[in-house]
Amino acid sequence: MSQDDGPVEPEPVKTGGGKVLEQSGLADPAGTNRANLEDAMKALTFAAGVLMATTALAETPVLTVYTYDSFVSDWGPGPAVEAAFEEVCACDLQLVGAGDGAELLARVKLEGARTDADLVLGLDTNLTAAAKETGLFSDHGVTADYAMPVAWDDATFVPYDWGYFAFVKNADLQSPADFKALGASDLKIVIQDPRSSTPGLGLLMWVKAAYGDEAPAIWEGLSDNIVTVTKGWSEAYGLFLEGEADMVLSYTTSPAYHLIAEEDASKAAAPMSEGHYMQIEVAGKLASTDQPELADQFLQFMVSDAFQSIIPTTNWMYPAVTPESGLPTGFETLISPEKSLLIPAAEAASLRDQALEEWLTALSK
Amino acid sequence: MADRAVQIRSWPGVIAAAFVAVLILGTLIAVVLRAEARAGLGPSDWAAIRFTIKQSVMSAVLSVALAVPVARALARRQFFGRKMLVMLLGAPFILPVIVAVLGLLAVLGRNGVLNGALGWLGLPEVQIYGLHGVVLAHVFFNMPLAVRVILQGWQAIPAERFRLAAQLRFSPRDMWRVLERPMLMRVVPGAFAIIFALCMSSFAVALTLGGGPKATTVELAIYQAFRFDFDLGKAALLGCIQIGLAGGAAMVALRLSSTDSFGGGLDRTVERWDAQGRGQTIWDGVLIASAALFLLLPLGMIVGRGVQGVFEMPVNAWWAAAVSLQVSLVSTVVLLLLALPIAIGAARLRLLESVGVLGIASSPLVIGTGLFVMIYPVADPIALALPVTALVNAVMALPFALRVLVPAVRDVVQDYGRLAASLNVTGAVWLRIVLLPRLRAPLGFAAGLTAALSMGDLGVIALFADAERATLPLQMYRLMGSYQTEAAAGAGLVLLTLSFGIFWLFDQGGRSHVDA
Repeated sequence: MSQDDGPVEPEPVKTGGGKVLEQSGLADPAGTNRANLEDAMKALTFAAGVLMATTALAETPVLTVYTYDSFVSDWGPGPAVEAAFEEVCACDLQLVGAGDGAELLARVKLEGARTDADLVLGLDTNLTAAAKETGLFSDHGVTADYAMPVAWDDATFVPYDWGYFAFVKNADLQSPADFKALGASDLKIVIQDPRSSTPGLGLLMWVKAAYGDEAPAIWEGLSDNIVTVTKGWSEAYGLFLEGEADMVLSYTTSPAYHLIAEEDASKAAAPMSEGHYMQIEVAGKLASTDQPELADQFLQFMVSDAFQSIIPTTNWMYPAVTPESGLPTGFETLISPEKSLLIPAAEAASLRDQALEEWLTALSK
Repeated sequence: MADRAVQIRSWPGVIAAAFVAVLILGTLIAVVLRAEARAGLGPSDWAAIRFTIKQSVMSAVLSVALAVPVARALARRQFFGRKMLVMLLGAPFILPVIVAVLGLLAVLGRNGVLNGALGWLGLPEVQIYGLHGVVLAHVFFNMPLAVRVILQGWQAIPAERFRLAAQLRFSPRDMWRVLERPMLMRVVPGAFAIIFALCMSSFAVALTLGGGPKATTVELAIYQAFRFDFDLGKAALLGCIQIGLAGGAAMVALRLSSTDSFGGGLDRTVERWDAQGRGQTIWDGVLIASAALFLLLPLGMIVGRGVQGVFEMPVNAWWAAAVSLQVSLVSTVVLLLLALPIAIGAARLRLLESVGVLGIASSPLVIGTGLFVMIYPVADPIALALPVTALVNAVMALPFALRVLVPAVRDVVQDYGRLAASLNVTGAVWLRIVLLPRLRAPLGFAAGLTAALSMGDLGVIALFADAERATLPLQMYRLMGSYQTEAAAGAGLVLLTLSFGIFWLFDQGGRSHVDA
């Protein structure tokens, strides 16, 4: 069943009794000499059938997954993932969009152990330490052959895709080789605020991972290149497409969207010699789930081909496990960074506040 | 005092106002109670508070200062397209932030029309990002609104007063002293307070056009406390500060504004014998033309960008449009149920109006979080997403409705109170044959504004929304977040059209018998 087949909500047809009984009722020709008792019996069985169907409907297990908004959008992986998983799980997968990654965590914290969610999908390594600290998540037993530049051994969270942050530019623009050269250039960039945006925080960690104590100097160098700082990715990317800046903070995979979906090869990512900071997106099972088996099944499904082959051209990220069919044509044109940078989850949480302070100081001058 | 002459029941207004106050303060308390750690304010929070006050004062002063001459010009000129222009004044205000910002940037940005023209003339580039950009955007949003409110003030002066002024050969100076200045004293402080409060809770505009973290507002600090630090105590504390500042400004403004009425008239068409000089005509023309240009260029850009995208909108964006329409109509009903009693009550208890300002002064994020915390233990917040959105939108629109309704009710009470009392017309009859007919225009305007505002507002929906029940603004953000820039621009245009259409319907319905 493809995703275009319409709604994949549970229907009585799929769940047994109701339809069959309805047919047997119709098959009975009117006006035959049947005993009243028989009529009464039929009415009774019909009623029972309807009742059974309703019970069956109610018993279809519901798996609730909180995720970020763009995951559930029409162009996101949501619709295809829902269809694919419901084909194998005999359940109703409900994807609930709740802002972005960090808002997702805030939402789960707000709801606490009483949450309806069984799984949370869409946190990244900047958030996993804080998420683990809440004690709301439980460990998984998923194993997979990950195709990521770093080894994965987190007991609580399962990765489903990853990517590199990068500045996206017009392909014909000669971009600087590193952050120092960018700071010295008069190129204009637009970035996101680390306080309100995931890529914004990514850039903060990128500069910190590459330069450590030198990070404030790098930010001071960049301060006159930054046209503006936006609330989220959408605003920043919108400004870039409107020509407000030469480069925008996004992902190395962004040009793949323009190439594959729009057949437009005019965008490219600017390779930086310091290496590129990684984002690994993960999902985790909530300890309070009332569907633990189904949640485990989903996590295992998440690293399978059916899920992973959806990711590249819907979420525009690299799949955590390379699907058998490989990456879609077009992905081979993307830059592959010489070095992958990633601050381990445990350190990321403590470095974050210091890096933010440096960023605020350097850019508020 | 004339208001003693007629028996006004203020208790329904007190109840409605109390409901609003409980809703807003209750959500604040709910957030405080849910907080785990209590943190004080750091230096960056104080910087955010200072910046917020600075940009709000500048934006409000400039919006009102520019609105007065434009409203005056519009009040004393008749020209082809005037009605349309007055209608369009409502448009920027009801636009979703990101749509308006992109529209503004298409004109004033690095790659915009203005810089294109300057480059062609060999002149240096104009830089929009910075404090002036923030103020400019806020003026774009709010100046037209101020024009509408002040214009309504001008139109509240009965035609007979101008006739008398002409017979007495009033000079423009006399006109100013006797008619215009007292009228402005009635409407300007309120308009200022509303715009100030509105700019207080600005976030995305300030950040995007402010050019960086220098332009951090209190609302962003609240967002940071919630999303980045999950420090609910701090979010609530900042929320209180925001309400305190805007509420304080509103109190001062209400205190300053005079309540004198111009007396009743016969609703004749206003003729202005005093403004027929050549110089004045040209000056008014220049004012109207520049205001129209400032307003219409970015709007034109939004329409231009969106036309193509409308055809690329997915089906569910159209569904979202239907959802938004529904929310907006429910909001309007809720608003009228709240605003009318409060406006009537405020004819006697002036303080009631200040409750309205609580709505815009409070952070949507704090209200949203507070409601979520309150609803969560008893019901599924997602199931209540739409009623909650409608309610919050109504509360957010309340101050605007009150600003136009309160002076109108006061006038009716002052002008017709004694007559009604002597004829023993009270209660429901008074409401039906005296008050409501005379409130028709301001009611239409208030309802239109609420409906439109509610259509374009993201407000609290983000915390409550799920995929099926997204409103159009939310759907538009989702489109933008999925690289669907064109479809998003289309959704922006549909949103603009819907908001504007519904505003037009209500406003026109209210003014159909008046030559506005």
